[in-house]
Amino acid sequence: MSRAHPSASTSRPPADPPSAAGARVEGITKRFGAVQALNDVTLDLPGGRVTALMGENGAGKSTLLKILTGDHRPTEGRVLLDGRPVDLRSPADARAAGIRIIPQEPEIVPHVSVAENVYTGSLPRRAGRRLDRAELRRRIVADLDRLGFADVLEPDLLGSQLTPAQRQLVEIMRALTGRTAARVIAFDEPTSSLSEHEVDALFALINRLRDQGVAVVHVSHRMQEIFRLADRIAVLRDGALVGVQDAGATTESDLVRLMVGRDLSTVFVRRPVVTDRVVLDVRDLTTDRVHGIDLRIRAGEVVGLAGLIGAGRSELALALAGDLPVRSGSVTLDGRPLPSGNPGAVIRAGLGLAPEERKAQALFLHRTIRDNTSIAVLERLRRFRFVRRGAERDLAQEYTDRLRVRTPSVEHEVRKLSGGNQQKVVLARWLARKPKVLILDEPTRGIDVGAKAEIYRIVADLAEQGVALLVISSELPELLGLADRIVVMQNGRTTGELNRAEATEEAVLALAMADDISPSAPGATS
Amino acid sequence: MTAATTPPAVSDHGGRHRPAARIPVLSAVGGQNLSLIGALVAVLTVFGLLNDNYLSLTNMQVIAEAATITGLLAVVQTVVIICGGLDISVGSQAGVASVVSAMAFTSAGSNAFAGMAAAVAVGLLIGVLNGAIIVYGRVNPTIATLAGLAAYKGLAQLLSDGRAQGYVLNDAVFVFLGRGRIAGLPVMVWILIAVALAVHVLLTCTDIGRNIYAIGGNDTAARLAGININKYLVAVYALVGAVAAVAGILLTARTGSGQPTSGSEGLELKAITASALGGCALKGGKGTVGGTLLAVALLGALENGLTVQGINSFWQNVAQGALLVVAVVIQQRRTGERAVGLPA
Repeated sequence: MSRAHPSASTSRPPADPPSAAGARVEGITKRFGAVQALNDVTLDLPGGRVTALMGENGAGKSTLLKILTGDHRPTEGRVLLDGRPVDLRSPADARAAGIRIIPQEPEIVPHVSVAENVYTGSLPRRAGRRLDRAELRRRIVADLDRLGFADVLEPDLLGSQLTPAQRQLVEIMRALTGRTAARVIAFDEPTSSLSEHEVDALFALINRLRDQGVAVVHVSHRMQEIFRLADRIAVLRDGALVGVQDAGATTESDLVRLMVGRDLSTVFVRRPVVTDRVVLDVRDLTTDRVHGIDLRIRAGEVVGLAGLIGAGRSELALALAGDLPVRSGSVTLDGRPLPSGNPGAVIRAGLGLAPEERKAQALFLHRTIRDNTSIAVLERLRRFRFVRRGAERDLAQEYTDRLRVRTPSVEHEVRKLSGGNQQKVVLARWLARKPKVLILDEPTRGIDVGAKAEIYRIVADLAEQGVALLVISSELPELLGLADRIVVMQNGRTTGELNRAEATEEAVLALAMADDISPSAPGATS
Repeated sequence: MTAATTPPAVSDHGGRHRPAARIPVLSAVGGQNLSLIGALVAVLTVFGLLNDNYLSLTNMQVIAEAATITGLLAVVQTVVIICGGLDISVGSQAGVASVVSAMAFTSAGSNAFAGMAAAVAVGLLIGVLNGAIIVYGRVNPTIATLAGLAAYKGLAQLLSDGRAQGYVLNDAVFVFLGRGRIAGLPVMVWILIAVALAVHVLLTCTDIGRNIYAIGGNDTAARLAGININKYLVAVYALVGAVAAVAGILLTARTGSGQPTSGSEGLELKAITASALGGCALKGGKGTVGGTLLAVALLGALENGLTVQGINSFWQNVAQGALLVVAVVIQQRRTGERAVGLPA
């Protein structure tokens, strides 16, 4: 691996000349105690352009966004809007100035309609503070038309009925119909929970925003997307801006080099180490959400589970892990029946699950890396009921080192780590447990290229140690690179199975959308 | 980069070590606890200046004795709050235990141990019931124990016919519990110390404690990490019942008879206030026995000071309520919780 020196060779000087229209951050430095999150970042976000913001997790992207949106105040430096400095003391200030962020998971009120969600806080009223339903209807129809969402968003749907993409649309409508027209809109990994089709709709919208002169900031880890969408690509590394490139004048490998400061092969190819011994044997498993699942995973095998959002993959994972009730069917692990409905018993039987939502389902954010790593193995670390501190520390340190978690110490609180490092802590917990079967649900969602490569390496190591792995991922290239075999699910059923030679993105997608293609046929069951 | 190139602007001898030595001490005690110690010192100073007898050894013992029962309930309340629950029936539970201990004592022919065993057994039973209602009935802990607050108080009144029951101060064991001293400290205080220490060790040194913090910090994650949450919750509420029973026994020992309501009413508010002041996050996952005990001492010193100064006890209620709110406000400010999106 040759170590590049990007700031010397590939990048332009980070200082952009000031421009009038749009936003500009100037000399922004942000420190959290001893940690320097951003270091003298100067970046233009011109109106009518899509500026992609890239960087490994912990590079400072989120901090920069939070400064733009008034969540954080910069230690040094200032934010300018149309050439004039603006003082963003709170998110309300930023909103008033026309700076909006579309979070991955917008806050949606579940029990009220799309229309009421969009105009929350400024609902049309009749005398006596009664809701003016006619006016509300007129407004939402007009706005949906104007924004081109009329065919994707039904105004009478309730918040709880919306898909992730529709939730984002609601948030976007809030931004565009508010009192102040949005001048700057930042999308924070908007596509991580969207299906292909929804991504297309979102990108069409972003293009329209650009044409209207809005300065769009697009934070993403997905290269293809960035090249499809962005005009300019700004790369952050370790809190500093290491380059701003025109999208047309750069390549994927250039960007990766900039981000990680080293060459990295983006395509991951794993040496297959499959054995003949079936470890996990699932037969005709049915729960509330999945039906008649048959699945066998051998020692050393990596099975990829593909499908669209809502296909039931995570529900299958949770049912196997004992967290969702099983209606019928059998699951055996090493020939012994796997208990159902009892996560602790499942873990003791040798199955681990690193769930989809690492913050909500896996991590104790206010506890240390040590605590988070040891939680599933405390029974091996205790004498009587006392946890042996030394042994616990050593264990946490061992896995922190082995997984290259970037942290000053294992006594660091997990919430202070970046997404990629948090994911590594989740993996550390399961590696420490040494399961026979490990299910990884979206193990690389929202994490940077460097950390992804490390997680692929971990998966490969585990397979070589004879662990049976089930990897759920919505990123097909990743799944194609990792898996020995890909099982595709749709609507709670398996619609097919592809071996390494057969598996292509097209073949997987065809199975994942089998019903869309032929609504009457149940699809080719494996 | 900066760390490597910028030499520390401190002279090479002596002074350089001081900040490094101080910081571990500070982080070991904790910012929350430091402010509690500060407040305690302030309270002691103010009332000490206002009244000569306030800081006397006798008055300190009065404060300690008065704070013991609150302290016991606050310590277990801390455990409940850490695992994400709440128990507002602790006072009523202590009342039931107090009545049961005195009545069982009497009916067993003045056998103190029978009285205590019966009280603890009833306490455990009530605790398990609370836990079962919360876990298996899927009732919100606040509602479940609010129901308990009323029902157990009624139970104590039914058992005792609404009157003080039995007389225990003819028994050496109860006298020892209520009036005895070991090494100059009241026995009651020793019991609090023992219970607090045991709970502290449980929380910080055992896997049980780790799991309790984990359940309160993120119950989904705890479940997926293999922790049997239901078992833990029932056990924690049972622990509350047992310790509330000890508090009830001490109440009996101190007043001389089983008290259905007097002495135990309002203790839940004190216990919750102490936990919140002591740094428990009310949404769970955070809190320490040490912080809670400091808060108990602070509340006790304040209450005693106000009484010594002859302040109307109605005002003391107002002060209590205000303190609970202030404690939570400070906590929310500190964590930045609910700061976003609320009108400034």
